[in-house]
Amino acid sequence: MELLMEEIRSIIPSDQIFTSLADRYSYSYDASFGSYLPEVVIQVKNKEEISSLLKLANTFNIPVYPRGQGTSLSGGPLPVKGGMVLDMSQWNGNLKIYPDDLVAVVSPGVLTASINQEAEKFGLMYPPDPSSAHVSTIGGNLAENSGGPRGLKYGVTKDYVIGLEVVTPEGEIIRTGGKTIKNVTGYDLTKLIVGSEGTLGIITEATLKLVPKPPASKTMMAVFDDLVQSGQAISKILTSGILPAKMEIMDQSSIIAVENYQPLGLPIDAEAILLIELDGHPLAIEEEMKKIEVIFKGFESVKVKIAENQDEAQSYWKARKLVSPAIVKIKPTKVSEDATVPRSKIPDMFQKLKEIREKYDIHLVVFGHAGDGNLHPNIICDKRDTEEMIRVEKAVEEIFKAAVELGGTLSGEHGIGTLKAPFMEMELGAAGLDMMKRIKKIWDPNNILNPGKIFPEEGQKLVLRE
Amino acid sequence: MKAAAGLQSKLHYDETFNCVQCGYCLPVCPTYETMKSEVHSPRGRINLVKMLAEDKIKAEDLREPIEKCLGCRACETACPTSVQYGKILEGAKEVLENAEQKSITQKLSESLIFDQMFPSKRWMNTIGYLSWLYQKSGMQKMAQRTGITQFAPLHLGKFESVLPDLPSPAERKNRARLFKAIGSRKVTVGFITGCVMDAIFYETNRNTIDLLTKAGAAVLIPVNQTCCGALHAHAGKIADAKLLAKRNIEAFEKEKTDYIVNNAGGCGATLLEYGELFKGDIEWERSAQAFSNKVRDISQVLSELDGLSFTKEVNGTITFQPSCHMINVQKVKNEPLSLLKQVKSKGYREMNDKERCCGSAGIYNIVNYEDSMEILDSKMKNVKETNTSIIVTANPGCLLQMKLGIQREGLEKSVRAVHLVDLLVEAGAVSK
Repeated sequence: MELLMEEIRSIIPSDQIFTSLADRYSYSYDASFGSYLPEVVIQVKNKEEISSLLKLANTFNIPVYPRGQGTSLSGGPLPVKGGMVLDMSQWNGNLKIYPDDLVAVVSPGVLTASINQEAEKFGLMYPPDPSSAHVSTIGGNLAENSGGPRGLKYGVTKDYVIGLEVVTPEGEIIRTGGKTIKNVTGYDLTKLIVGSEGTLGIITEATLKLVPKPPASKTMMAVFDDLVQSGQAISKILTSGILPAKMEIMDQSSIIAVENYQPLGLPIDAEAILLIELDGHPLAIEEEMKKIEVIFKGFESVKVKIAENQDEAQSYWKARKLVSPAIVKIKPTKVSEDATVPRSKIPDMFQKLKEIREKYDIHLVVFGHAGDGNLHPNIICDKRDTEEMIRVEKAVEEIFKAAVELGGTLSGEHGIGTLKAPFMEMELGAAGLDMMKRIKKIWDPNNILNPGKIFPEEGQKLVLRE
Repeated sequence: MKAAAGLQSKLHYDETFNCVQCGYCLPVCPTYETMKSEVHSPRGRINLVKMLAEDKIKAEDLREPIEKCLGCRACETACPTSVQYGKILEGAKEVLENAEQKSITQKLSESLIFDQMFPSKRWMNTIGYLSWLYQKSGMQKMAQRTGITQFAPLHLGKFESVLPDLPSPAERKNRARLFKAIGSRKVTVGFITGCVMDAIFYETNRNTIDLLTKAGAAVLIPVNQTCCGALHAHAGKIADAKLLAKRNIEAFEKEKTDYIVNNAGGCGATLLEYGELFKGDIEWERSAQAFSNKVRDISQVLSELDGLSFTKEVNGTITFQPSCHMINVQKVKNEPLSLLKQVKSKGYREMNDKERCCGSAGIYNIVNYEDSMEILDSKMKNVKETNTSIIVTANPGCLLQMKLGIQREGLEKSVRAVHLVDLLVEAGAVSK
């Protein structure tokens, strides 16, 4: 390590190298579980620095973990095997919009929300909108292939990236894709790297696709007495020829929690609330909103309110925003999952989650992006209570099983990281997982880049206790 | 080895578990912005406090991250899970304060500042007198001309040049203790004159009384009131803060008041938290809470009474720099703005990131001068973009800091900083 540090100091300015215990502990966590102490933290600011560091890491056989602002919910940037954390968050100098090409070119530390803000100045929009967009970096979003409420209509991060500059695990600098919307030259390495969770390369620049900003939006709140009917209503709307921008659900536990936290006059005896946002041409969304109202009238147990203006719309969305703070008032620890099912299976998934809640006697709250099947079952617990956490671990395992059995997936938008690695074979099969491992082996023969993620180690189990 | 349970409780170890490490506090933290590393973020500091409570790091590892925190508490407003950062910060400060080996001179100078000067009316008045003498005798002009002020310790020379004009000792001495409401009396308020406010911004205090009486409030100034204890609490001297709080509670209990009014955002926040400070104290909790329940910022009382109209146009365009403790702790956000908007002026323009700390933060700008100036520079960039000529503030620290910012940018000819209260008087406030 001493020799390595000497080499590092010869290529990186000293104010970018952190070695104190306080600094190392400060980069030992993310927004998921577990804390792993790195040996050194380096704030990188250009591709040459990263390239040199990766070459050194290969020589010294030291693992390297790229990290944005540490908002990952799956353990993506955790330095699980010690080594070097590369803090990319301060490399945020480049954010350029090319309005005539409808693209943005960004450096990895740029905050995701800033891209959309900048695009709006040109009447454009960068659609992916993870809830953490005002904190998370685009580099992290690309690595984890993040989603958000707008995913229903607009898709996730991978649908908006057309070109990358990447430092490979062995320290070579390559470019993938380009600036054009159409590009079928060779293998699509861009798509391979996006969502590879920092295991195949470190993204140093991205070219992102922008779309015209919709001129208007409209919001509706629908209140259901019956949870299963709300699931049926979701499918009915989506097959009616209307594609909302967002369609979010809150179950009864979420409604009660929000109402206890901050009374907004929500109906606490309702089993579910659906929030729907349409965007597009004002006349078109007016028409579509009426159509949705008619569809809802076909269900007995529903009351519908359409927001008359932006202020009222915001007050509806406020309820959804308050779910997170409200539920941690019950107990401090939040295990936030993003198991996703085909949209027709939403009612079945609700049923399954209800059974799991009872079986393990856990506080399970469901909310999330109902329109794309990306539910967020959140288990509210206390990580100091070992006995409870063991039940939670078992419940999480069953949630994943249920999702996969219904034809769904382990992760809709958070990534696999360390937390879901033990379940990969269940979804992909041994051969499927092996193909992925082979790709990793070829790209990163010394297993330098972000080891311990995506692929489970022999006998690895989900552990939420420290 | 497990850390002692006593240490864990002092560090509010249980409270640290409420942090889900989502990082939503990062973009609002001024020191994370300027110092650019996780140790100087709220999430990083909370984690380090937890690490100390678990005996994974030493108190000394925590010192710099905690000392560099402004305590602006913007993170509390941004936090989606309502972590009580202020409580964690003060606990950490107390633990660090007790862990520190101090030299005799350090102990003496701290005792002079915290035990003698701030709680003492006489000391504060003396500072006021000396500053008055310094200004009136021509010493200030001479000192500035010779450049001698730049050799003052702790950069104090930078601050002396932005001091306002001060009243004469005679005027100070003869201030009445009771002011009748003009017209019919709607409420009776007790006025917390504050230490720095009364010493340096005496004129603002005089204007505060003027506005309150015109708006229909009778104003009482209890003689035995003392420093609110904010600076002591923020320095980790909780026992001292409690002593001062008790004196204030007793002083105001003797008077019959509807509200306890202050005109300094930082003091207001501390007064509002007396209830929390004595939580679990059988003897004091009730009266502390009763005291806190009455605490109001001047802008709240003036808005509620709605008894003023403004007769003169203020010459210039206005922007507002809120006090952190006023918005993040007292949650007073709209009242100062609605008062400002009643003032006739050449227009109000909001600055970007107006709710970000200016870097004053109690005595932060004195003890962490360089760091504070970086934060100030980033604030002044936003001020300049508004192209306004008047910066309105609501706290003495912010006011001095903004004056210093104007000087650093060389904007003395075109921009001035003023306390909200003074601007309202300038705008010709009269009873409705």
